[in-house]
Amino acid sequence: MSTLTVTRRTRLSTVVLILLAPILIALIAAPWWAGRADLRLMGEIALYMSLATLWNLLAGYAGLVSVGQQAYVGLGGYLFFALTMLAGIDPYVALPLAALAGAVIAAPVAVLIFRLRGAYFAIGTWVMAEVFRLSFAQVSALGGGSGTSLSASIVRGMADGRAAREAMAWWLALGVAVLVIGAVVLFLRSRQGVALTAIRDNEVAARSLGIDIWRSKFIVYVVVGGLTTLVGCLIFLQKLRISPDAAFSVNDWTAFVIFIVVIGGIGTIEGPIIGTLVFFALRETMADLGTLYLIALGLVAIVIMLKAPRGLWGFLRDRYNIEIFPLSRRVTGLNKGA
Amino acid sequence: MSAILELNGVSKAFGAVVVADDQSWTLDKGEAMGVIGPNGAGKTTMFNLVTGNLAADAGVIRLNGETISKWPAARRCRAGIARSFQVPQPFAHMTVFENAYVAATQGAGLSSVQADKLCLDVLERTGLLEKSNVKAGGLTLLERKRLELSRALCAKPSVLLLDEIAGGLTEHECHALIQTIKDVRETGVSIVWIEHVVHALLAVVDRLIVIDFGKKIAEGAPEAIMQSDAVREIYLGLDADA
Ligand SMILES: Nc1ncnc2c1ncn2[C@@H]1O[C@H](COP(=O)(O)OP(=O)(O)O)[C@@H](O)[C@H]1O
Ligand SMILES: [Mg+2]
Repeated sequence: MSTLTVTRRTRLSTVVLILLAPILIALIAAPWWAGRADLRLMGEIALYMSLATLWNLLAGYAGLVSVGQQAYVGLGGYLFFALTMLAGIDPYVALPLAALAGAVIAAPVAVLIFRLRGAYFAIGTWVMAEVFRLSFAQVSALGGGSGTSLSASIVRGMADGRAAREAMAWWLALGVAVLVIGAVVLFLRSRQGVALTAIRDNEVAARSLGIDIWRSKFIVYVVVGGLTTLVGCLIFLQKLRISPDAAFSVNDWTAFVIFIVVIGGIGTIEGPIIGTLVFFALRETMADLGTLYLIALGLVAIVIMLKAPRGLWGFLRDRYNIEIFPLSRRVTGLNKGA
Repeated sequence: MSAILELNGVSKAFGAVVVADDQSWTLDKGEAMGVIGPNGAGKTTMFNLVTGNLAADAGVIRLNGETISKWPAARRCRAGIARSFQVPQPFAHMTVFENAYVAATQGAGLSSVQADKLCLDVLERTGLLEKSNVKAGGLTLLERKRLELSRALCAKPSVLLLDEIAGGLTEHECHALIQTIKDVRETGVSIVWIEHVVHALLAVVDRLIVIDFGKKIAEGAPEAIMQSDAVREIYLGLDADA
């Protein structure tokens, strides 16, 4: 028998890894080559990519089909406004603080909603989000039901001048996208990630092979809750204005995100990234069509679900057996094939 | 010899249907015990109760003298009980190697390096090594059964529960399987094996129990049990539809 080794690298993943550095540098340099509107759009793309990656970890891997992730986006927005405006905390300190608070709040929420199964779980997540929305609508210090704006002094304090502020908003969005995608890749490569991938495929077998399913899902829910809160902070830092309806919008922060993950390919890392790019390509080309645009989105979703039920990336991966992010462990040195 | 696994008065009913009826038996350390009985007798259910895939209504299950009846399935696996499923339960979108790797890292708690080594070793013994990089969802039924055995072995069990893994094999393959299980036993693993392929079972086990309607109706040396009236009755019935 020839010597066998186990590796994660594939030729494609090596190429991508080499390309990653120049791409990242180009993206960091975006404020020098991209226009103001483009920079804003790119920031939005980065934040949606983060939301989609997080929702995919939750639903695609842990099987926790939440339709209430707007709870954490809104929580993030409100926490950021509250920490900076009411508590006077430095915005750059408020960001990690809000993420931490989001995770801490997600823990008891998980204990509560994990008692629900299937459709009841989904409904439970939505009810939770509504509870969050109604609660924040009561806080008169944050504008109650009509919301409030981020005070100009805080915005000014983050960077000097408008251009610098816009660059800063982009870098933060890019940084969070890199953090979220990087964290999910590392997580899925870890022991916990192996357990989670097994759970994704077969809970009965996972349980019988020593995996504590509740614990795995709990960890995922709490981490995703914290990171979604962080993304929420940045979304409303970009918007500069918050209201309960915008903050806890099920359309903006969950429905579109589910669309992205489903067309991109649920249960893969690449899926949400590709889905986000497709979503924005559709949105930018068809935005002036009004409601027709929503109908077109629906059509795209239906066609993809019929023709490629595992999404665009799932289709490509099954067809060409490729993987951009090296997760799977391959045995090399086998006599046949390999 | 001391008991490694012990069932005492274990019962389970689905509604009015009793699928485990006051079952008591022990498995000694290093022993291999065979389980026979007609389809629907409750053999698989008995495994589900031992592994914690099902909770018993009554009775006590002990592993190395410790009561595990209330433990969740995952903890029982980490404590040393591993099983194969009669109806294979692969991680369909993971490769054969990764399926084994899950068992080695989670069930046996090995480090990545140790797990890689164990998985390659086990897959070679079960004849699945060439299929290492194939997605488990693409395997044939027989290959899936081998994967069940491989995964259970990668969990490094002290008690191995095998549920009908010899059906459908050629004579040559069956012979290889028997040798593999004998080798596993040599390493000190205690085995309970449910099997309809009686000659394979008899080549390995020291003792047989017979289950019918959820009840243990006979227990003893394999030859004596196979000659008994109770078994002849059951197997005459079984042969008719086999
Ligand atoms: N989850 C379940 N719910 C209801 N009945 C079940 C369930 N699992 C098994 N049974 C029933 O229990 C009986 C024993 O099944 P099983 O243990 O699979 O038998 P065997 O493995 O001996 O062929 C059968 O009548 C089967 O239909
Ligand atoms: Mg059975």
